[in-house]
Amino acid sequence: MSINQPSAPLVGAIEKSPKISLIGTLAMLVEAPGDFDLIQQGRIWALADAASSWPNVQETVIGVTNVMLVFEQPPADIGMLGASIAELWHRLPGRKADGKVIEIPVIYGGELGFDLPAVAKHTGLPPREVIRIHSEGDYTVCAVASSPGFGYLHGLDPRIHMPRKSVPSLNMRAGSVTIGGLQTGVAALSSPNGWNAIGWASVTMFDPQRQQPSLMLPGDRVRFRIDRIEL
Amino acid sequence: MIEILTSPAFNTIQDLGRHGARGIGVSTSGAMDPVALAAGNALLGNEDDAAGIEIQTFPFRLRFQKDTTFALTGADHVSTLAGLSLRPWWCKQARAGDILAIGTPRRGARVYATFGGGLDVPQVLGSRSTHLRAGFGGLEGRSLQTGDVVPVGRPPREAARRFDFGAAPPDVAIPGAGRRDDGVLPIRVMRAGEYDLFSEAMQARLWSTAWKVSARSDRGGYRLTGDKLTLDAPIEMRSHGVVAGVVQVPPSGEPIIQMSDANTAGGYPKIAAVIQADLWRLGQAAPGSFIAFSEVSYQDAVAAMAPVSDYLASLRAVADLYRQL
Repeated sequence: MSINQPSAPLVGAIEKSPKISLIGTLAMLVEAPGDFDLIQQGRIWALADAASSWPNVQETVIGVTNVMLVFEQPPADIGMLGASIAELWHRLPGRKADGKVIEIPVIYGGELGFDLPAVAKHTGLPPREVIRIHSEGDYTVCAVASSPGFGYLHGLDPRIHMPRKSVPSLNMRAGSVTIGGLQTGVAALSSPNGWNAIGWASVTMFDPQRQQPSLMLPGDRVRFRIDRIEL
Repeated sequence: MIEILTSPAFNTIQDLGRHGARGIGVSTSGAMDPVALAAGNALLGNEDDAAGIEIQTFPFRLRFQKDTTFALTGADHVSTLAGLSLRPWWCKQARAGDILAIGTPRRGARVYATFGGGLDVPQVLGSRSTHLRAGFGGLEGRSLQTGDVVPVGRPPREAARRFDFGAAPPDVAIPGAGRRDDGVLPIRVMRAGEYDLFSEAMQARLWSTAWKVSARSDRGGYRLTGDKLTLDAPIEMRSHGVVAGVVQVPPSGEPIIQMSDANTAGGYPKIAAVIQADLWRLGQAAPGSFIAFSEVSYQDAVAAMAPVSDYLASLRAVADLYRQL
Protein backbone atom coordinates (compact mmCIF):
# COMPACT_ATOMS: atom_id res chain seq x y z
CA MET A 1 0.00 0.00 0.00
CA SER A 2 1.47 3.32 -1.02
CA ILE A 3 1.26 6.10 1.50
CA ASN A 4 2.37 8.89 -0.74
CA GLN A 5 3.06 9.53 -4.38
CA PRO A 6 6.81 9.62 -4.86
CA SER A 7 6.48 12.12 -7.67
CA ALA A 8 3.96 14.40 -5.98
CA PRO A 9 5.28 17.97 -5.97
CA LEU A 10 6.00 19.35 -2.53
CA VAL A 11 5.22 22.98 -1.98
CA GLY A 12 8.36 24.89 -1.14
CA ALA A 13 10.61 21.88 -1.49
CA ILE A 14 13.11 21.43 -4.26
CA GLU A 15 13.77 17.83 -3.52
CA LYS A 16 11.53 14.81 -3.91
CA SER A 17 10.20 13.05 -0.85
CA PRO A 18 11.02 9.46 -0.07
CA LYS A 19 8.65 6.76 -1.25
CA ILE A 20 6.83 5.40 1.79
CA SER A 21 4.91 2.15 1.60
CA LEU A 22 3.55 -0.44 3.99
CA ILE A 23 4.47 -4.12 4.09
CA GLY A 24 1.42 -5.31 6.02
CA THR A 25 0.40 -3.56 9.22
CA LEU A 26 3.66 -3.91 11.10
CA ALA A 27 6.30 -2.67 8.67
CA MET A 28 6.86 0.52 6.72
CA LEU A 29 9.47 0.93 4.02
CA VAL A 30 11.02 4.35 3.41
CA GLU A 31 12.98 4.59 0.16
CA ALA A 32 15.22 7.55 -0.56
CA PRO A 33 14.72 9.31 -3.87
CA GLY A 34 17.59 9.60 -6.31
CA ASP A 35 20.75 7.65 -6.93
CA PHE A 36 22.56 5.24 -4.69
CA ASP A 37 25.34 7.28 -3.17
CA LEU A 38 26.80 7.74 0.26
CA ILE A 39 25.01 11.04 0.73
CA GLN A 40 21.56 9.46 0.43
CA GLN A 41 22.77 6.48 2.45
CA GLY A 42 23.96 8.82 5.21
CA ARG A 43 20.54 10.44 5.34
CA ILE A 44 18.96 7.00 5.66
CA TRP A 45 21.29 6.22 8.58
CA ALA A 46 20.27 9.46 10.27
CA LEU A 47 16.58 8.74 9.72
CA ALA A 48 17.01 5.21 11.08
CA ASP A 49 18.84 6.52 14.15
CA ALA A 50 16.05 8.99 14.85
CA ALA A 51 13.18 6.57 14.24
CA SER A 52 14.69 3.76 16.31
CA SER A 53 13.98 5.70 19.50
CA TRP A 54 10.33 6.35 18.67
CA PRO A 55 7.72 4.60 20.78
CA ASN A 56 6.17 1.61 19.00
CA VAL A 57 9.21 1.18 16.73
CA GLN A 58 10.59 -2.27 17.49
CA GLU A 59 13.53 -1.80 15.18
CA THR A 60 14.79 -0.06 12.07
CA VAL A 61 16.22 -2.20 9.31
CA ILE A 62 18.64 -0.37 7.03
CA GLY A 63 18.86 -1.35 3.37
CA VAL A 64 20.50 0.20 0.32
CA THR A 65 19.21 3.81 0.42
CA ASN A 66 16.14 2.68 2.32
CA VAL A 67 15.04 1.81 5.82
CA MET A 68 12.22 -0.40 7.07
CA LEU A 69 10.52 0.47 10.33
CA VAL A 70 9.12 -2.52 12.21
CA PHE A 71 6.33 -1.71 14.67
CA GLU A 72 5.28 -3.34 17.93
CA GLN A 73 1.63 -2.61 17.11
CA PRO A 74 -0.06 -1.31 13.96
CA PRO A 75 0.33 2.50 14.06
CA ALA A 76 -2.93 4.33 14.73
CA ASP A 77 -2.43 7.01 12.11
CA ILE A 78 -0.42 5.86 9.12
CA GLY A 79 -0.90 9.09 7.19
CA MET A 80 0.44 11.19 10.04
CA LEU A 81 3.40 8.89 10.52
CA GLY A 82 4.26 9.03 6.82
CA ALA A 83 4.08 12.81 6.87
CA SER A 84 6.38 13.13 9.88
CA ILE A 85 8.90 10.78 8.29
CA ALA A 86 8.90 12.85 5.09
CA GLU A 87 9.29 16.03 7.11
CA LEU A 88 12.16 14.50 9.06
CA TRP A 89 13.82 13.36 5.84
CA HIS A 90 13.99 16.91 4.55
CA ARG A 91 15.13 18.38 7.85
CA LEU A 92 17.66 15.91 9.23
CA PRO A 93 21.32 16.32 8.34
CA GLY A 94 22.85 13.11 7.02
CA ARG A 95 25.24 11.04 9.08
CA LYS A 96 28.80 10.61 7.86
CA ALA A 97 30.48 7.23 7.63
CA ASP A 98 31.82 7.87 11.10
CA GLY A 99 31.91 4.32 12.45
CA LYS A 100 34.96 2.29 13.26
CA VAL A 101 37.61 1.28 10.71
CA ILE A 102 37.77 -2.48 10.22
CA GLU A 103 40.95 -3.89 8.73
CA ILE A 104 40.54 -7.30 7.17
CA PRO A 105 43.66 -9.33 6.32
CA VAL A 106 42.93 -11.39 3.21
CA ILE A 107 44.55 -14.46 1.75
CA TYR A 108 43.88 -13.67 -1.90
CA GLY A 109 43.49 -16.47 -4.43
CA GLY A 110 44.27 -20.02 -3.47
CA GLU A 111 41.82 -22.73 -2.54
CA LEU A 112 39.22 -20.47 -0.97
CA GLY A 113 39.57 -17.67 -3.50
CA PHE A 114 38.70 -20.07 -6.28
CA ASP A 115 36.93 -17.52 -8.48
CA LEU A 116 39.93 -15.18 -8.78
CA PRO A 117 40.94 -16.59 -12.20
CA ALA A 118 37.39 -16.06 -13.50
CA VAL A 119 37.34 -12.47 -12.19
CA ALA A 120 40.71 -11.81 -13.81
CA LYS A 121 39.45 -13.21 -17.10
CA HIS A 122 36.17 -11.28 -16.96
CA THR A 123 37.87 -7.98 -16.14
CA GLY A 124 40.79 -8.52 -18.50
CA LEU A 125 43.24 -7.78 -15.68
CA PRO A 126 46.03 -9.96 -14.32
CA PRO A 127 45.08 -11.56 -10.96
CA ARG A 128 47.66 -9.45 -9.12
CA GLU A 129 46.07 -6.31 -10.51
CA VAL A 130 42.58 -7.44 -9.35
CA ILE A 131 44.08 -8.00 -5.89
CA ARG A 132 45.85 -4.64 -5.88
CA ILE A 133 42.70 -2.77 -6.87
CA HIS A 134 40.55 -4.65 -4.36
CA SER A 135 42.97 -4.18 -1.48
CA GLU A 136 43.50 -0.47 -2.18
CA GLY A 137 39.80 0.34 -2.04
CA ASP A 138 38.13 2.30 0.73
CA TYR A 139 34.80 0.68 1.54
CA THR A 140 31.81 1.78 3.56
CA VAL A 141 29.29 -0.53 5.25
CA CYS A 142 25.91 0.66 3.93
CA ALA A 143 23.79 -1.97 5.62
CA VAL A 144 24.00 -5.32 7.36
CA ALA A 145 21.46 -7.66 5.88
CA SER A 146 20.58 -10.87 4.13
CA SER A 147 22.46 -13.09 6.57
CA PRO A 148 23.71 -12.42 10.11
CA GLY A 149 26.61 -9.99 10.00
CA PHE A 150 26.79 -9.64 6.23
CA GLY A 151 27.79 -6.11 5.32
CA TYR A 152 26.76 -4.47 2.06
CA LEU A 153 29.91 -2.58 1.09
CA HIS A 154 30.00 0.49 -1.09
CA GLY A 155 33.17 1.49 -2.91
CA LEU A 156 34.16 -1.35 -5.23
CA ASP A 157 36.27 -0.08 -8.14
CA PRO A 158 34.23 -0.46 -11.35
CA ARG A 159 37.23 -2.09 -13.06
CA ILE A 160 36.66 -5.22 -10.96
CA HIS A 161 32.89 -5.47 -11.08
CA MET A 162 31.83 -9.04 -11.81
CA PRO A 163 28.27 -10.36 -12.18
CA ARG A 164 26.95 -12.90 -9.69
CA LYS A 165 26.98 -16.52 -10.78
CA SER A 166 23.83 -17.99 -12.24
CA VAL A 167 24.53 -21.21 -10.33
CA PRO A 168 25.68 -20.54 -6.75
CA SER A 169 28.70 -22.29 -5.29
CA LEU A 170 27.25 -24.89 -2.98
CA ASN A 171 29.29 -24.46 0.12
CA MET A 172 31.27 -21.26 0.37
CA ARG A 173 33.21 -20.91 3.62
CA ALA A 174 32.44 -18.17 6.11
CA GLY A 175 35.12 -15.50 5.73
CA SER A 176 35.20 -15.77 1.94
CA VAL A 177 35.95 -12.38 0.39
CA THR A 178 33.64 -12.00 -2.55
CA ILE A 179 32.58 -9.82 -5.45
CA GLY A 180 28.94 -9.81 -6.56
CA GLY A 181 27.94 -7.31 -9.23
CA LEU A 182 28.93 -3.83 -8.07
CA GLN A 183 29.60 -4.93 -4.51
CA THR A 184 32.17 -6.71 -2.44
CA GLY A 185 31.61 -8.47 0.86
CA VAL A 186 32.79 -11.02 3.37
CA ALA A 187 30.60 -14.12 3.69
CA ALA A 188 29.40 -14.39 7.27
CA LEU A 189 28.09 -17.97 7.05
CA SER A 190 29.24 -21.10 5.30
CA SER A 191 26.43 -21.62 2.82
CA PRO A 192 25.51 -21.62 -0.87
CA ASN A 193 26.63 -18.31 -2.35
CA GLY A 194 26.30 -16.77 -5.79
CA TRP A 195 29.09 -14.26 -5.36
CA ASN A 196 32.64 -14.76 -6.66
CA ALA A 197 35.22 -15.75 -4.05
CA ILE A 198 38.56 -14.01 -4.58
CA GLY A 199 40.07 -14.72 -1.17
CA TRP A 200 39.46 -15.60 2.44
CA ALA A 201 39.88 -13.87 5.79
CA SER A 202 40.13 -15.46 9.21
CA VAL A 203 37.69 -13.01 10.78
CA THR A 204 34.51 -13.89 12.69
CA MET A 205 31.95 -11.64 11.07
CA PHE A 206 29.15 -12.69 13.41
CA ASP A 207 29.03 -14.26 16.86
CA PRO A 208 25.65 -14.23 18.62
CA GLN A 209 27.40 -14.49 22.01
CA ARG A 210 29.36 -11.27 21.55
CA GLN A 211 28.11 -8.07 23.14
CA GLN A 212 27.81 -6.71 19.59
CA PRO A 213 27.31 -9.85 17.48
CA SER A 214 28.00 -8.18 14.12
CA LEU A 215 31.55 -7.02 13.39
CA MET A 216 30.30 -4.70 10.63
CA LEU A 217 27.72 -2.02 11.36
CA PRO A 218 26.26 0.64 9.07
CA GLY A 219 28.63 3.58 8.81
CA ASP A 220 31.79 1.52 9.46
CA ARG A 221 34.71 1.68 7.02
CA VAL A 222 36.44 -1.41 5.73
CA ARG A 223 39.97 -1.87 4.38
CA PHE A 224 41.18 -5.14 2.93
CA ARG A 225 44.88 -5.78 3.52
CA ILE A 226 46.93 -8.34 1.60
CA ASP A 227 47.91 -11.00 4.09
CA ARG A 228 49.14 -13.43 1.45
CA ILE A 229 48.72 -14.06 -2.24
CA GLU A 230 48.35 -17.62 -3.51
CA LEU A 231 48.34 -17.85 -7.26
CA MET B 1 13.73 -33.74 30.30
CA ILE B 2 12.36 -35.25 27.14
CA GLU B 3 14.20 -37.61 24.85
CA ILE B 4 13.67 -37.54 21.09
CA LEU B 5 13.08 -41.05 19.74
CA THR B 6 12.05 -40.38 16.13
CA SER B 7 12.32 -37.14 14.19
CA PRO B 8 12.65 -37.38 10.41
CA ALA B 9 13.91 -33.88 9.47
CA PHE B 10 13.46 -30.16 10.01
CA ASN B 11 11.66 -30.44 13.34
CA THR B 12 12.97 -27.62 15.47
CA ILE B 13 12.56 -25.80 18.75
CA GLN B 14 10.71 -22.52 18.20
CA ASP B 15 9.17 -19.78 20.28
CA LEU B 16 7.46 -16.65 18.98
CA GLY B 17 10.64 -15.47 17.27
CA ARG B 18 13.75 -13.37 17.66
CA HIS B 19 12.84 -9.75 17.32
CA GLY B 20 15.06 -6.71 17.17
CA ALA B 21 18.10 -8.17 15.38
CA ARG B 22 16.97 -7.84 11.75
CA GLY B 23 19.20 -4.77 11.57
CA ILE B 24 22.27 -7.02 11.84
CA GLY B 25 20.90 -9.53 9.34
CA VAL B 26 19.21 -11.96 11.75
CA SER B 27 15.88 -13.35 10.53
CA THR B 28 13.17 -13.67 13.16
CA SER B 29 12.64 -17.45 12.93
CA GLY B 30 9.80 -18.45 15.29
CA ALA B 31 6.74 -20.68 14.97
CA MET B 32 5.11 -20.71 11.53
CA ASP B 33 1.76 -20.93 13.32
CA PRO B 34 2.26 -18.62 16.30
CA VAL B 35 -1.39 -18.95 17.35
CA ALA B 36 -1.03 -22.71 17.81
CA LEU B 37 2.17 -22.31 19.83
CA ALA B 38 0.65 -19.58 22.01
CA ALA B 39 -2.53 -21.63 22.49
CA GLY B 40 -0.55 -24.69 23.61
CA ASN B 41 1.32 -22.53 26.09
CA ALA B 42 -1.95 -20.99 27.31
CA LEU B 43 -3.44 -24.45 27.97
CA LEU B 44 -0.43 -25.19 30.20
CA GLY B 45 -0.29 -21.82 31.94
CA ASN B 46 3.05 -20.94 30.29
CA GLU B 47 3.91 -17.56 28.87
CA ASP B 48 2.72 -17.30 25.26
CA ASP B 49 6.24 -17.36 23.91
CA ALA B 50 7.61 -20.36 25.82
CA ALA B 51 9.57 -22.60 23.46
CA GLY B 52 8.04 -25.78 22.08
CA ILE B 53 8.71 -28.17 19.23
CA GLU B 54 7.48 -27.38 15.75
CA ILE B 55 6.87 -30.75 14.09
CA GLN B 56 6.55 -30.71 10.32
CA THR B 57 7.80 -34.19 9.41
CA PHE B 58 6.27 -37.34 10.78
CA PRO B 59 6.06 -39.73 12.57
CA PHE B 60 7.57 -37.95 15.56
CA ARG B 61 8.15 -39.72 18.86
CA LEU B 62 9.55 -38.68 22.20
CA ARG B 63 9.86 -40.17 25.68
CA PHE B 64 9.21 -38.26 28.89
CA GLN B 65 12.03 -38.77 31.38
CA LYS B 66 9.92 -37.41 34.22
CA ASP B 67 6.31 -36.47 34.88
CA THR B 68 5.54 -33.57 32.56
CA THR B 69 2.48 -31.69 31.40
CA PHE B 70 2.23 -31.10 27.67
CA ALA B 71 -0.17 -29.93 24.99
CA LEU B 72 -0.52 -30.67 21.29
CA THR B 73 -1.86 -27.95 19.01
CA GLY B 74 -1.64 -26.93 15.37
CA ALA B 75 -2.47 -29.26 12.50
CA ASP B 76 -5.23 -31.85 12.99
CA HIS B 77 -3.42 -35.12 13.68
CA VAL B 78 -3.56 -38.49 15.40
CA SER B 79 -1.32 -39.13 18.38
CA THR B 80 -0.89 -41.54 21.25
CA LEU B 81 0.53 -41.31 24.76
CA ALA B 82 1.69 -44.64 26.18
CA GLY B 83 -0.32 -46.29 23.42
CA LEU B 84 -3.61 -44.52 24.20
CA SER B 85 -5.20 -42.15 21.73
CA LEU B 86 -4.98 -38.43 22.39
CA ARG B 87 -7.06 -35.64 21.01
CA PRO B 88 -5.48 -32.72 19.19
CA TRP B 89 -5.75 -29.31 20.88
CA TRP B 90 -5.59 -31.02 24.25
CA CYS B 91 -3.31 -30.89 27.28
CA LYS B 92 -2.37 -33.85 29.39
CA GLN B 93 -0.09 -35.07 32.13
CA ALA B 94 2.54 -37.61 31.04
CA ARG B 95 4.28 -39.98 33.43
CA ALA B 96 8.01 -40.65 33.41
CA GLY B 97 8.72 -43.23 30.73
CA ASP B 98 5.60 -42.50 28.65
CA ILE B 99 6.12 -42.33 24.91
CA LEU B 100 4.31 -39.69 22.87
CA ALA B 101 3.85 -40.57 19.19
CA ILE B 102 2.52 -38.06 16.67
CA GLY B 103 1.33 -39.13 13.22
CA THR B 104 1.00 -37.30 9.92
CA PRO B 105 -1.64 -34.56 10.03
CA ARG B 106 -4.98 -35.14 8.33
CA ARG B 107 -5.19 -31.43 7.67
CA GLY B 108 -2.62 -28.67 8.08
CA ALA B 109 1.14 -28.88 8.06
CA ARG B 110 2.62 -28.31 11.51
CA VAL B 111 1.95 -29.73 14.97
CA TYR B 112 3.22 -27.94 18.08
CA ALA B 113 4.23 -29.83 21.19
CA THR B 114 4.45 -27.55 24.19
CA PHE B 115 5.48 -28.47 27.72
CA GLY B 116 4.64 -27.12 31.19
CA GLY B 117 7.52 -24.74 31.90
CA GLY B 118 8.61 -24.59 28.26
CA LEU B 119 11.75 -26.07 26.73
CA ASP B 120 14.70 -24.74 28.64
CA VAL B 121 17.36 -24.24 25.99
CA PRO B 122 19.53 -21.11 26.22
CA GLN B 123 18.22 -17.85 24.87
CA VAL B 124 20.28 -16.43 22.02
CA LEU B 125 19.66 -12.78 21.15
CA GLY B 126 16.54 -12.89 23.27
CA SER B 127 14.92 -16.02 21.81
CA ARG B 128 15.04 -19.81 21.95
CA SER B 129 14.00 -20.21 18.31
CA THR B 130 16.26 -22.28 16.12
CA HIS B 131 18.03 -20.28 13.40
CA LEU B 132 18.94 -23.18 11.14
CA ARG B 133 20.90 -21.27 8.53
CA ALA B 134 23.16 -19.53 11.04
CA GLY B 135 23.27 -22.53 13.38
CA PHE B 136 22.25 -20.97 16.68
CA GLY B 137 19.23 -21.03 18.97
CA GLY B 138 17.10 -24.07 19.78
CA LEU B 139 19.19 -27.16 20.41
CA GLU B 140 22.69 -26.34 19.12
CA GLY B 141 21.17 -24.42 16.23
CA ARG B 142 19.99 -27.54 14.43
CA SER B 143 17.01 -29.81 13.79
CA LEU B 144 16.13 -32.35 16.48
CA GLN B 145 17.42 -35.87 15.99
CA THR B 146 17.12 -39.28 17.60
CA GLY B 147 18.80 -39.39 20.98
CA ASP B 148 18.57 -35.67 21.72
CA VAL B 149 17.66 -34.88 25.31
CA VAL B 150 15.96 -31.52 25.79
CA PRO B 151 15.54 -29.93 29.21
CA VAL B 152 12.07 -28.77 30.28
CA GLY B 153 11.76 -25.70 32.48
CA ARG B 154 10.02 -25.50 35.80
CA PRO B 155 6.24 -25.28 35.41
CA PRO B 156 4.78 -21.88 36.33
CA ARG B 157 3.00 -23.03 39.51
CA GLU B 158 3.83 -26.07 41.56
CA ALA B 159 0.40 -26.85 43.06
CA ALA B 160 -1.29 -30.02 41.88
CA ARG B 161 -3.54 -29.07 39.03
CA ARG B 162 -5.75 -30.64 36.52
CA PHE B 163 -4.42 -31.30 33.02
CA ASP B 164 -6.86 -33.14 30.83
CA PHE B 165 -8.82 -30.69 28.76
CA GLY B 166 -8.75 -29.05 25.38
CA ALA B 167 -9.79 -26.13 23.26
CA ALA B 168 -11.50 -25.56 19.93
CA PRO B 169 -8.87 -24.86 17.28
CA PRO B 170 -8.88 -21.28 15.97
CA ASP B 171 -9.92 -22.25 12.44
CA VAL B 172 -13.12 -23.62 14.01
CA ALA B 173 -13.55 -21.01 16.75
CA ILE B 174 -12.89 -17.91 14.63
CA PRO B 175 -15.62 -17.30 12.03
CA GLY B 176 -14.32 -17.30 8.45
CA ALA B 177 -10.94 -18.74 9.38
CA GLY B 178 -11.43 -22.08 7.63
CA ARG B 179 -11.09 -23.27 4.07
CA ARG B 180 -13.57 -22.56 1.30
CA ASP B 181 -15.90 -25.34 0.17
CA ASP B 182 -13.54 -26.04 -2.73
CA GLY B 183 -10.66 -26.61 -0.30
CA VAL B 184 -8.90 -23.36 -1.18
CA LEU B 185 -7.58 -21.41 1.81
CA PRO B 186 -8.55 -17.74 1.58
CA ILE B 187 -5.72 -15.40 2.59
CA ARG B 188 -6.21 -11.68 3.12
CA VAL B 189 -3.50 -9.34 1.91
CA MET B 190 -2.81 -5.64 1.62
CA ARG B 191 -1.28 -4.14 -1.49
CA ALA B 192 2.46 -3.59 -1.21
CA GLY B 193 4.89 -1.05 -2.67
CA GLU B 194 5.03 -2.20 -6.30
CA TYR B 195 1.40 -3.30 -6.76
CA ASP B 196 0.68 -0.33 -9.02
CA LEU B 197 3.53 -1.25 -11.37
CA PHE B 198 1.63 -4.36 -12.44
CA SER B 199 -0.89 -4.01 -15.25
CA GLU B 200 -4.58 -4.33 -14.50
CA ALA B 201 -4.56 -7.75 -16.12
CA MET B 202 -1.77 -8.90 -13.81
CA GLN B 203 -3.48 -7.41 -10.77
CA ALA B 204 -6.67 -9.26 -11.71
CA ARG B 205 -4.64 -12.44 -12.09
CA LEU B 206 -3.26 -12.05 -8.56
CA TRP B 207 -6.80 -12.03 -7.16
CA SER B 208 -8.42 -14.62 -9.40
CA THR B 209 -5.80 -17.39 -9.38
CA ALA B 210 -6.02 -20.35 -7.02
CA TRP B 211 -2.29 -20.50 -6.18
CA LYS B 212 -0.70 -23.80 -5.38
CA VAL B 213 1.82 -23.93 -2.55
CA SER B 214 4.59 -25.72 -4.45
CA ALA B 215 6.81 -28.50 -3.16
CA ARG B 216 9.64 -25.95 -3.07
CA SER B 217 8.15 -24.34 0.02
CA ASP B 218 9.54 -24.37 3.53
CA ARG B 219 9.97 -22.22 6.62
CA GLY B 220 11.92 -19.74 4.53
CA GLY B 221 9.17 -19.09 2.04
CA TYR B 222 6.38 -20.49 -0.06
CA ARG B 223 6.83 -20.59 -3.82
CA LEU B 224 3.48 -20.38 -5.56
CA THR B 225 2.58 -21.89 -8.91
CA GLY B 226 -0.53 -21.68 -11.04
CA ASP B 227 0.15 -18.64 -13.17
CA LYS B 228 2.74 -15.95 -13.78
CA LEU B 229 2.74 -12.28 -12.82
CA THR B 230 4.96 -10.25 -15.09
CA LEU B 231 5.88 -6.59 -15.31
CA ASP B 232 5.69 -4.81 -18.66
CA ALA B 233 8.99 -3.13 -17.81
CA PRO B 234 11.26 -4.99 -15.38
CA ILE B 235 12.55 -2.81 -12.56
CA GLU B 236 15.78 -2.81 -10.59
CA MET B 237 15.06 -2.67 -6.89
CA ARG B 238 17.66 -1.90 -4.26
CA SER B 239 17.96 -4.39 -1.46
CA HIS B 240 15.57 -3.53 1.39
CA GLY B 241 14.17 -5.03 4.57
CA VAL B 242 11.26 -7.46 4.32
CA VAL B 243 8.97 -9.14 6.84
CA ALA B 244 7.15 -12.48 6.87
CA GLY B 245 4.07 -12.38 4.68
CA VAL B 246 5.47 -10.21 1.91
CA VAL B 247 4.46 -11.50 -1.52
CA GLN B 248 7.35 -10.91 -3.92
CA VAL B 249 7.39 -11.43 -7.66
CA PRO B 250 10.77 -12.59 -9.00
CA PRO B 251 11.52 -12.34 -12.75
CA SER B 252 10.14 -15.87 -13.30
CA GLY B 253 6.70 -14.45 -12.44
CA GLU B 254 5.86 -17.09 -9.87
CA PRO B 255 5.21 -15.34 -6.55
CA ILE B 256 7.10 -16.11 -3.36
CA ILE B 257 5.69 -15.48 0.11
CA GLN B 258 8.45 -14.94 2.64
CA MET B 259 7.88 -16.84 5.89
CA SER B 260 9.51 -17.19 9.35
CA ASP B 261 13.04 -18.05 8.22
CA ALA B 262 13.08 -15.50 5.39
CA ASN B 263 16.18 -13.41 4.82
CA THR B 264 16.02 -9.98 6.40
CA ALA B 265 16.41 -8.35 3.00
CA GLY B 266 15.05 -8.77 -0.49
CA GLY B 267 15.00 -6.98 -3.77
CA TYR B 268 12.11 -8.37 -5.79
CA PRO B 269 9.03 -6.25 -6.52
CA LYS B 270 6.45 -6.61 -3.74
CA ILE B 271 2.89 -6.96 -4.95
CA ALA B 272 1.16 -7.67 -1.63
CA ALA B 273 1.61 -8.59 2.02
CA VAL B 274 -0.34 -11.20 3.98
CA ILE B 275 -2.00 -9.61 6.97
CA GLN B 276 -0.87 -10.60 10.46
CA ALA B 277 -4.28 -12.13 11.24
CA ASP B 278 -3.81 -14.68 8.43
CA LEU B 279 -0.10 -15.51 8.73
CA TRP B 280 -0.75 -18.34 11.20
CA ARG B 281 -3.26 -19.90 8.80
CA LEU B 282 -0.75 -19.67 5.98
CA GLY B 283 1.77 -21.36 8.29
CA GLN B 284 -0.52 -24.40 8.21
CA ALA B 285 -0.79 -24.52 4.39
CA ALA B 286 0.99 -27.68 3.31
CA PRO B 287 2.84 -28.02 0.01
CA GLY B 288 0.31 -29.10 -2.61
CA SER B 289 -2.56 -27.15 -1.06
CA PHE B 290 -4.19 -24.10 -2.66
CA ILE B 291 -4.60 -20.53 -1.48
CA ALA B 292 -6.42 -17.51 -2.90
CA PHE B 293 -5.78 -13.86 -2.13
CA SER B 294 -8.33 -11.20 -1.30
CA GLU B 295 -7.61 -7.55 -0.65
CA VAL B 296 -8.27 -5.70 2.59
CA SER B 297 -7.61 -2.15 3.66
CA TYR B 298 -5.17 -1.19 6.39
CA GLN B 299 -8.04 -0.60 8.83
CA ASP B 300 -9.60 -3.98 8.07
CA ALA B 301 -6.22 -5.68 8.42
CA VAL B 302 -5.77 -4.14 11.86
CA ALA B 303 -9.33 -5.01 12.89
CA ALA B 304 -8.86 -8.61 11.71
CA MET B 305 -6.42 -9.24 14.55
CA ALA B 306 -9.10 -8.66 17.21
CA PRO B 307 -10.77 -12.10 16.85
CA VAL B 308 -7.34 -13.76 17.00
CA SER B 309 -6.31 -11.86 20.13
CA ASP B 310 -9.74 -12.48 21.69
CA TYR B 311 -9.50 -16.19 20.91
CA LEU B 312 -6.13 -16.49 22.66
CA ALA B 313 -7.20 -14.33 25.61
CA SER B 314 -10.38 -16.31 26.26
CA LEU B 315 -8.59 -19.63 25.79
CA ARG B 316 -6.06 -18.57 28.42
CA ALA B 317 -8.77 -17.36 30.82
CA VAL B 318 -10.78 -20.58 30.49
CA ALA B 319 -7.69 -22.78 30.81
CA ASP B 320 -6.57 -20.91 33.95
CA LEU B 321 -10.02 -21.50 35.46
CA TYR B 322 -10.15 -25.10 34.39
CA ARG B 323 -6.84 -26.04 35.95
CA GLN B 324 -8.14 -24.84 39.33
CA LEU B 325 -11.32 -26.98 39.23
